[in-house]
Amino acid sequence: MAIQEQRLIFKHIDEPGYTNDIDCYIKHGGYEQLKKAVTMKPEDICAEVLESGVRGRGGAGFPAGMKWKFLDRKSGKPIYLVCNCDESEPGTFKDREIVHQDPHQLIEGMMCSAFAIQAKLAFIYIRGEFFQGYKILERAIEEAREKNLLGDNILGSGYSCDIIVHRGAGAYICGEETGLIESIEGNRANPRIKPPYFPAALGLYQCPTIVNNVETLCDVKHIIELGGKGFAQIGTPGNTGTRIWCVSGHVEKPGYYEFPCSAVTLGQLIYDVCGGLKPGRKLKAVIPGGSSAKILRADERFTGKLKDGTEFDWGIEDIPMDFDSLMAVGSMSGSGGVIVMDDSTDMVEALANINYFYAHESCGQCTPCREGVPWMRKVTQRMVDGEAREEDADLLKNIADQIAGRTICAFGEAASWPVQSFIAKFKDEFVQKAREQAARRKEGKAAATKTTLI
Amino acid sequence: MNLKPETIEKIDKLVPRYPTVKSAALPLCHLVQEDQGYLSNEAMEWIANRLDLQPINILELVTFYPMLRTEPTGKHHVRVCRTLPCALAGAYQTCKKLEEAFNCKVGHTSEDGSVTLEFVECHADCGKAPVVMVGEDEYTNISPDKASEFAEKIKNGEI
Repeated sequence: MAIQEQRLIFKHIDEPGYTNDIDCYIKHGGYEQLKKAVTMKPEDICAEVLESGVRGRGGAGFPAGMKWKFLDRKSGKPIYLVCNCDESEPGTFKDREIVHQDPHQLIEGMMCSAFAIQAKLAFIYIRGEFFQGYKILERAIEEAREKNLLGDNILGSGYSCDIIVHRGAGAYICGEETGLIESIEGNRANPRIKPPYFPAALGLYQCPTIVNNVETLCDVKHIIELGGKGFAQIGTPGNTGTRIWCVSGHVEKPGYYEFPCSAVTLGQLIYDVCGGLKPGRKLKAVIPGGSSAKILRADERFTGKLKDGTEFDWGIEDIPMDFDSLMAVGSMSGSGGVIVMDDSTDMVEALANINYFYAHESCGQCTPCREGVPWMRKVTQRMVDGEAREEDADLLKNIADQIAGRTICAFGEAASWPVQSFIAKFKDEFVQKAREQAARRKEGKAAATKTTLI
Repeated sequence: MNLKPETIEKIDKLVPRYPTVKSAALPLCHLVQEDQGYLSNEAMEWIANRLDLQPINILELVTFYPMLRTEPTGKHHVRVCRTLPCALAGAYQTCKKLEEAFNCKVGHTSEDGSVTLEFVECHADCGKAPVVMVGEDEYTNISPDKASEFAEKIKNGEI
């Protein structure tokens, strides 16, 4: 018997008969929280969000209430709210479903948030490939406008705010909040350096700006409904609310599954919820939070102390799925993209695939990233092409170590962490690859073998 | 430049919504590309003019954002996701089958101009990998064994 999901954000996703129009949403209790929100004091909503402990669902896991607290309200400049719907971390596919199937939940969450921070104007930055999602959002916004749920004098409250849907055009770096802001301003999405460019102080058009993920903004609606305290009761202290785990790769039932934080372990998620691996296959590795998260090896033992001081000694299957536990085992919950790999996976090829991605997506602004990430791609490509050298593993680690921490934005880390963790945990396979190729060459055979992942 | 009246209408409605004109540059690139199929030098100059910017301000966007094109695509624009979750589900083998079916190497347009076949990065639907886009529509679970049939449907105009 599979463990039952407990859906909050995805409550109506895939529900038979549930449609993405406003009438259906209202019939299911939609926009009641916005009606409540506009009668509250904006600062009280901010206090509830802070008390809820909700952490950003886009990747970094920074407390949203704290982000809002940093907002510069005294500058006299207009305040902007931006919804990050650039969903492009490989392995993540939750925001897409919210936009396609329940767009009004996002709009309600956004308008509650916009009112709380007293935003003058709000944006949804949607990735360019979501052609249908863009049309759905545009229609949903018009429906909401007709019912005075956004636009001028919302529900007679005297507060006005509009939403502009802004489309990206295929660049991963736009998911980085300052890159996203540059993109809305009509520039290349080169991220800005922090300090001084913390969006809460100097964001869009150099005005105070809050950038939140789609799922985080939906959470705000539920925080108003449940109260900050009520929301914090879901999950565990420091890991509040639910998470939508997007499982892909070598499992029988890939898909999105929502649970309170810590409610399932990685083992339960893979074997119980997702029906386990393909017949006859064994688990080899898991990337738990989108492709930039550090990889976990199936036979590792994870020991250490949690934030609250409790000691842990876990196998991969025992890891509770939440922010702090995944951080404690040296990885991260990131955007919730769980990529599962079985024992048929060639780790050199898998890393070559990941390196291809990051080399393609580097914005080119910082030298270590612009030069280093394509260099790592070239090395792993050469390895799968039959020119692997025994020292390549060390070379890769060396390059990655010189990128991480030396770039303007976290992309440097995002591109380095896979390399560092693959080498730390599967170095023997990288060396083995070189030896096998050398042996085949000696026998007069082609050094390279057929690849499947690159 | 001959833009359709509905494109002009969309542009005229969109530009004043933004706090600065430059913010409208990327949306205008999308609208003009959808109208013309690609962004020619003339198109980039037109956008720059419309927004009181320099052509370089548009060119630097076109050369940065992968979805903006300076050449037209074939009649069918087929984009295969090759990122890890899709690759684990066989995207590279799917693409190989499509290459054979269309007689067109990935990254190119077929000689008869019927298909442009491209690899793209993660399209955020990894639970239904491999993912293939044809034009603006997404098709999921296109495993290697379904690829040839899928290609036939594109050729026949069913997709």
